[in-house]
Amino acid sequence: MTVTESPFIGGIVGESRLRHEDPALLTGESKFIDDLQIPGALWVACVRSPHAHARITGIDTSAALATDGVVAVYTGDDLADAWAAPLPCAWPVTDDMKNPAHHPVAQGKANYAGDIVAVVVAESRYAAADGLEGVVVDYEPLDAVVTMEDAETDRVVIHEDCGTNVSYVWPLVPDPEAVEAAFADATHHITETFVHQRLIPTAMEPRGVVAVPAPHNGDMTLYSSTQIPHVLKVMAALTLGIPEQKLRVIAPSVGGGFGCKLNVYAEEIICMALAQRHGVPVRWTEGRTEAAVSTIQGRAQRQTIELASDADGKLTAVRATLLADMGAYLQLVAPGVPLLGAFLYHGLYDVPVYSFTCKGVFTNLTPTDAYRGAGRPEATYAIERAMDALAVAVGVGPDEIRSRNFIPTEKFPYDSPAGLTFDSGNYQPTLDRAKELIDWDGRRAEQAERRAAGSTTHLGIGISSYVEMCGLAPSRTLAALNYGAGGWESATVRILPTCKVQVVTGTTPHGQGHETCWSMIVADQLGIDPDDVEVLHSDTAISPLGMDTYGSRSLAVGGTAIWMATEQVIDKARAIAAHMLEANADDLEFAGGTFSVKGSPDKEVPLAGVAFGAFTAHDLPDGMEPNLQAQVTFDPSNFVFPFGTHIAVVEVDEATGAVELIDYAAVDDCGNQINPLIVEGQLHGGIVQGVAQALWEDAAYDADGQCRAANLADYLVPSAAECIDMKLDHTVTPSPSNPMGVKGIGEAGTIASTPAVMNAVVDALRPMGITDITMPASPMTVRRAIEAAQGDSA
Amino acid sequence: MIPAAVDYVRADSAEAAIAALAEAGDEAKLLAGGQSLVPLMRLRLATPSVLVDIGRLDGLAGISVDGDTVGIGALTTHSALEHSADLAAACPLLAHVAAQVGDPAVRHRGTLGGSLAHADPASDLPAAVLALGGTLVATGPGGSREIAATDFFTGFLESVLGPDELLTEVRVPVSTGGWCYQKFNRRAQDWAIVGVVVAEGGAGVALVNMGSTPMRAAGVEAAVAAGASAGDAASAAADGTEPPTDNNADGDYRAHLARVLTERALVAAGA
Ligand SMILES: Cc1cc2nc3c(=O)[nH]c(=O)nc-3n(C[C@H](O)[C@H](O)[C@H](O)COP(=O)(O)OP(=O)(O)OC[C@H]3O[C@@H](n4cnc5c(N)ncnc54)[C@H](O)[C@@H]3O)c2cc1C
Repeated sequence: MTVTESPFIGGIVGESRLRHEDPALLTGESKFIDDLQIPGALWVACVRSPHAHARITGIDTSAALATDGVVAVYTGDDLADAWAAPLPCAWPVTDDMKNPAHHPVAQGKANYAGDIVAVVVAESRYAAADGLEGVVVDYEPLDAVVTMEDAETDRVVIHEDCGTNVSYVWPLVPDPEAVEAAFADATHHITETFVHQRLIPTAMEPRGVVAVPAPHNGDMTLYSSTQIPHVLKVMAALTLGIPEQKLRVIAPSVGGGFGCKLNVYAEEIICMALAQRHGVPVRWTEGRTEAAVSTIQGRAQRQTIELASDADGKLTAVRATLLADMGAYLQLVAPGVPLLGAFLYHGLYDVPVYSFTCKGVFTNLTPTDAYRGAGRPEATYAIERAMDALAVAVGVGPDEIRSRNFIPTEKFPYDSPAGLTFDSGNYQPTLDRAKELIDWDGRRAEQAERRAAGSTTHLGIGISSYVEMCGLAPSRTLAALNYGAGGWESATVRILPTCKVQVVTGTTPHGQGHETCWSMIVADQLGIDPDDVEVLHSDTAISPLGMDTYGSRSLAVGGTAIWMATEQVIDKARAIAAHMLEANADDLEFAGGTFSVKGSPDKEVPLAGVAFGAFTAHDLPDGMEPNLQAQVTFDPSNFVFPFGTHIAVVEVDEATGAVELIDYAAVDDCGNQINPLIVEGQLHGGIVQGVAQALWEDAAYDADGQCRAANLADYLVPSAAECIDMKLDHTVTPSPSNPMGVKGIGEAGTIASTPAVMNAVVDALRPMGITDITMPASPMTVRRAIEAAQGDSA
Repeated sequence: MIPAAVDYVRADSAEAAIAALAEAGDEAKLLAGGQSLVPLMRLRLATPSVLVDIGRLDGLAGISVDGDTVGIGALTTHSALEHSADLAAACPLLAHVAAQVGDPAVRHRGTLGGSLAHADPASDLPAAVLALGGTLVATGPGGSREIAATDFFTGFLESVLGPDELLTEVRVPVSTGGWCYQKFNRRAQDWAIVGVVVAEGGAGVALVNMGSTPMRAAGVEAAVAAGASAGDAASAAADGTEPPTDNNADGDYRAHLARVLTERALVAAGA
């Protein structure tokens, strides 16, 4: 497939249309999990280990059972037979990966502060909370493994039956000898080590679950604030041992996920098991402090990246070595998160030789898993920070070092040294335009002036150019990576008798605006009003087939399925129209919602007429089925590779160490845009989320494995007050991998912005001899670095 | 995030509130704006058995300027302080500091009396009242008493206020001399990592989050009075303090910040 321009002709795609979802969200009409009124439901509260690592030597539930409103209390041993299998990990990245049994309620030992050790079931949420206080657990605290470095030594082995804290080692070294040779021959050999702190995803809506049983016929309906009702249905059926056809999963309005709701969680399985046991609905709503430790966390990696280059700074090899913290257990896709970055440590640079190795280890901390960008922010951070170091070594600007190494446009599709094929790209224009937007020369001059004048308010300017792989994913590629499922997406497009349209999608929006975008695509193709298109999703009874929403896949994979299904519906409508007009289908034109015979414009029939004719079926071509409907499952042939350049400008107050972001430009390319307003929204939020990693957010575990930031006063999620106006622009390089020429944009902002800001911070301080600042660049961290540098030079 | 069960009484008058407190004893708590108390209750760090709600005692809310004294009812909200034209004219420092508290939602509920009674060393308004040399009026079963702000705070979240006493009014002198509030935090809605309030060109200097109570920086005040430069005076800012350690800052860094911010505040206040 080759796409050179937009295939859209309806005038709807490409318009900045307000989101169809927003009035209901803004007025409270949308129902989130905690809004659901479920009569007779029992409430669950979870007793969580206060220790990072402890043997459970006894649990006394008597006081809890005596508490008003408490119905039952269960320990891990009580529920040992309630499930058919431990919680699932769907991504065994190597054949010998260690995957300890992860029981929804811990048995014998708690492995992180937050691990569930008992559950209280009560008549109300308040009674359940009161009951918590009455559960007395005897713990024998054990030494906790808190850092990846400690984990690696096996000083304390967390899971005795695994025999080691190392879960897996995953290498991608196509040609080891070439790597050695490239580094031996290099003029410049840059080695940098970076740490990605643990992040708490902090979706606006914490998680919540309601399990509604039908005891007599065995049905179970699970409502969950999840990104993945379809995947969850399969996994929950296996974990619990419920026949899959008896299980229906519904994600009501979901208030954000960022990857943290891409999982199968203990509380989902617990509520279903207890609903079966008690024969009534059972529900649980997560508290914010609880969420900080009981929902997966993100990043948590230590990375060493090495660059080899010639004298001009032209890269000859890249080698990345990672240590990745899985936390106490393997959650759904955790081991694969580093692999989603494994192919991208050379960024968007033309590098012949490549080496990547990742070691995943267990610690006594909350399990990690996918968090916005999943693997790609880490990769982009490493290469983009290292490119700045290379620029310094070579003695050229950070813009010039990038220009010298960009994959040249004529090399696309580009066979990457890691074994991917980058679909399309044209990188230099994004750097040029971003420099223009930020007034690169003016900013550099201002920086020089301040330095000359001895100002203690230092200016820093940081570039980050990125390419990422998204649109997860070609099923065969996933198979090669040992992933336990496919990467296709399903869509049904149905024209109703009155020419209104239903679209059934397997994508699961949780804030992205799929209803708006999908209706625009179909309306553009059919020549109708987007308001006449209803998008149905997030309920496995309505949309039985799907792989859900993550990895910036929904448009490139799910949107493509919709586009293809609509084309099939148009083909069928064309055949019916031809029959009605007594013309040859090939002679028909379809535009503005009307079929007409080329050359005889008075011979025409509107889509509405065709739709009604398809419904009555009074006069269809021989052998044609009634109704206008098509179902398509699209399995992409490749990932899509959006790219761009972001530039951040910061001020650093030397005396306090405070960093302030004062200017930001982003030029992104996600191919053809469906709704530019939504693209901008994704970028704004994504950029801020990445800036948050650079400047604010940190799960801050102490030496005992306690999270010291388990509330929103201590975990610094930025608010609108911390945001600045961003200068956004884009280029358009369509993807040849799908008929709409689209690429994902949900994660790009987060992927690009963290290194842009940190490069800016380091740029501001480089004259002092500072080459790295640990994230987040808090005032104290920055001030300490300045003091150390000044102490060194004194 | 679920508080324990609690009884609730709404007081119609200050007298009724005091009577309700006296009846319930140690286990009772006054509820004003709830912006400090309710979060503690939700974490079950506070588990009073009775809440005496004084939130509707409108007679205890309001700002009046009488000669060279500004009288402020204890139930005056941060937002009312922030937006009062009278206060902006008579004591712009206090209006400005009120505007730095939390976010707009917090400022619409939270009260000056609640902020002082809560006695949190990280709060903004107690330090402002200290720097201004304010006086607090407490009313109990035996009548009212006046307490100098400098005598009010006794420890972390502790004050001289008795369990059956109600803070009814806060008085500060009219103050239009040079002032500045340096609040150092990482996000707009956060508490100060360190804050420095300077009133009357450096005659009053108080520190936020530099110990277990809001405190005056006596050494700085003395140095200013003796004619020291802002930089020299500021070097005494952390003297005698025992600043806390948390995720944002350890004691040494807080002491450093106190000196930097004090110098900046003194310069801005024209000291
Ligand atoms: C998100 C958030 C951010 C915040 N940020 C800041 C900030 O940046 N800076 C800052 O200074 N503060 C901040 N606060 C605290 C806020 O200023 C509170 O409003 C204030 O500390 C308490 O006032 P209140 O009226 O809400 O008191 P309440 O919470 O109702 O009561 C607090 C305590 O004072 C007692 N009390 C209340 N009124 C009286 C009275 N008249 N007499 C005797 N005792 C009384 C109560 O019994 C209780 O013990 C923040 C609060 C929140 C929730």
